[in-house]
Amino acid sequence: MQKDKVSIAKLIEDNKKKNRYKQGLIEKAVPIFLFITALISILTTIGIVFTLLFETVTFFDRVKILDFITSKEWFPFFEQDPKFGIAPLISGTLLIALIAMLVAIPIGLAAAIYLSEYASDNVRRVVKPILEVLAGIPTIVYGFFALTFVTPLLQKIIPGLSFFNALSPGIVIGIMIIPMIASLSEDAMSAVPRAMREGALALGSTKLEVSLKVVLPAALSGIIASFVLGISRAIGETMIVTIAGGSSPNLTFNPTEAVQTMTAYIVQVSLGDASFGSTIYYSIYAVGMTLFVFTLIMNLIAQFISKRFREEY
Amino acid sequence: MGFINHEKVAGKMASRTAKNSFVKGLFLAATLFGLVVLAILIYRIITQGIGYLDGDFFTNFASRRPENAGIKAAIFGSIWLMAVAAPVSIILGVGCAIYLELYAKKNKFTRLIQMNIANLAGVPSIVFGLLGLTVFVRMLEMGRSVLAGGLTMSLLIVPIIVVASQEALRAVSKDIQEASYGLGATKWQTIRRVVLPAAVPGIITGVILALSRAVGETAPLIVIGALSFVAFVPENIWSGFTVMPIQIFNWTSRPQTDFHDVAAAGIVVLLIMLLLMNSIAVLIRNKFSKRY
Repeated sequence: MQKDKVSIAKLIEDNKKKNRYKQGLIEKAVPIFLFITALISILTTIGIVFTLLFETVTFFDRVKILDFITSKEWFPFFEQDPKFGIAPLISGTLLIALIAMLVAIPIGLAAAIYLSEYASDNVRRVVKPILEVLAGIPTIVYGFFALTFVTPLLQKIIPGLSFFNALSPGIVIGIMIIPMIASLSEDAMSAVPRAMREGALALGSTKLEVSLKVVLPAALSGIIASFVLGISRAIGETMIVTIAGGSSPNLTFNPTEAVQTMTAYIVQVSLGDASFGSTIYYSIYAVGMTLFVFTLIMNLIAQFISKRFREEY
Repeated sequence: MGFINHEKVAGKMASRTAKNSFVKGLFLAATLFGLVVLAILIYRIITQGIGYLDGDFFTNFASRRPENAGIKAAIFGSIWLMAVAAPVSIILGVGCAIYLELYAKKNKFTRLIQMNIANLAGVPSIVFGLLGLTVFVRMLEMGRSVLAGGLTMSLLIVPIIVVASQEALRAVSKDIQEASYGLGATKWQTIRRVVLPAAVPGIITGVILALSRAVGETAPLIVIGALSFVAFVPENIWSGFTVMPIQIFNWTSRPQTDFHDVAAAGIVVLLIMLLLMNSIAVLIRNKFSKRY
């Protein structure tokens, strides 16, 4: 009897032997391949940093780094004596980012409070996907909207407004960022435990008092992190400012004038025919480096805030 | 008992509730603001662009006259770009996610990769353009081709795919993985036959969302030198190309307002393409997620 019985153990053993070589190879090769794909993400960062660094160093061989930082004029296209002072591009970028945040923070935060504290589940289920659609619209569409709708509208309200100005793209970038701030802030507020709200309500607070004095402080780290990420997005935004902001590097904080942002300058050079190896060609890397450092600092601050100051319940 | 002065409380109550309902109205208005803007935007673009949306618009190339202008080169350019970017970004993104979720040990290097991906997602798209210009266009001598554009785009969207895939992989129940090991399956067999099929809906949704980001992206392609006046369809990955957002940008930045209407027509096409992609994502998610 023993002889006729098929041994399952032996079957498995035989099967393993047959496939062991091939199987073992796959088991060893797959992790290595996957590890390489993960390494490529690191290589991308290294590539960005080194690309910007090398070309920027070449740029600083021709233009003094001190002039780049301290000079207040940006006239790279002058045949004789071009001026490379980054200040006007930075002021243009920050001005537009400031306007964007003045629009996005109050509206985004108010929408977040409404969705998290007041809205019923049904309202939330309808509104949130629509806000996501707003976030998914390409920036080129917003740029078109800024130029053909918002600017003419603003010109009716503010008579002296020039066709290219900082106000219109600033407002539109703000609108673009609203869903991001609303959704990240709402996530932070939803994470506040229900018991804290119930406690405050039981003490006789109105919903507004619960929202502002209990939920908001408890979720503050997440909310501030969403603001910082919003600023970073506004600084890196390209097409809206290129289309509606103009290309006049002005050192001004007057929102009705045309300005130029760092991103818009890079686009302007890319569209033109600055030959490879010219000072103007290298200047876009110096500007890109400045932009990269700005946004990197913002992103690191946001990560730091949301980790360091998170209230655990 | 004098702990609570009921009269005082009652006196303040009316103004407190009034304030509550007033501010609630403000919050609601802020929430609706985004929806109203979206409605205006779509209404404006459709009314502006509808006049140019006819059969010719899809079969004509760029033209100096608005009534002859078409979007054919840009549509094919966008499709070619996707054909390069999709496979590269899926392999890199999903591979990286599988490594991080299922193979990586919890050490400093893994945390470094994770943090690096979070930071890459925050790098402005135009900086990726500068990377593509130096590495793909100049160093690897691909020129201003579809290949260079597609590779640049895939680097841009890999972080999005990684994050979405990681979430999908993390959501696969540990029980079925243990069961697979219990039946004697090896690690890769478990991943390929158990984990991946369960995670596919989430991964595909993430991939399509990332690709729709790539379809709408303009800035990096301008930097690497995609053309803005194209009267041909790309023939292979070495061809020059334009994409829909760049064509729209080109029309928008012309002074003649007629071209703005052409741009609006182009935007309608672009938005419909994005809508289609997102609907497919939703369909796939619904179809597959029933199985588990």
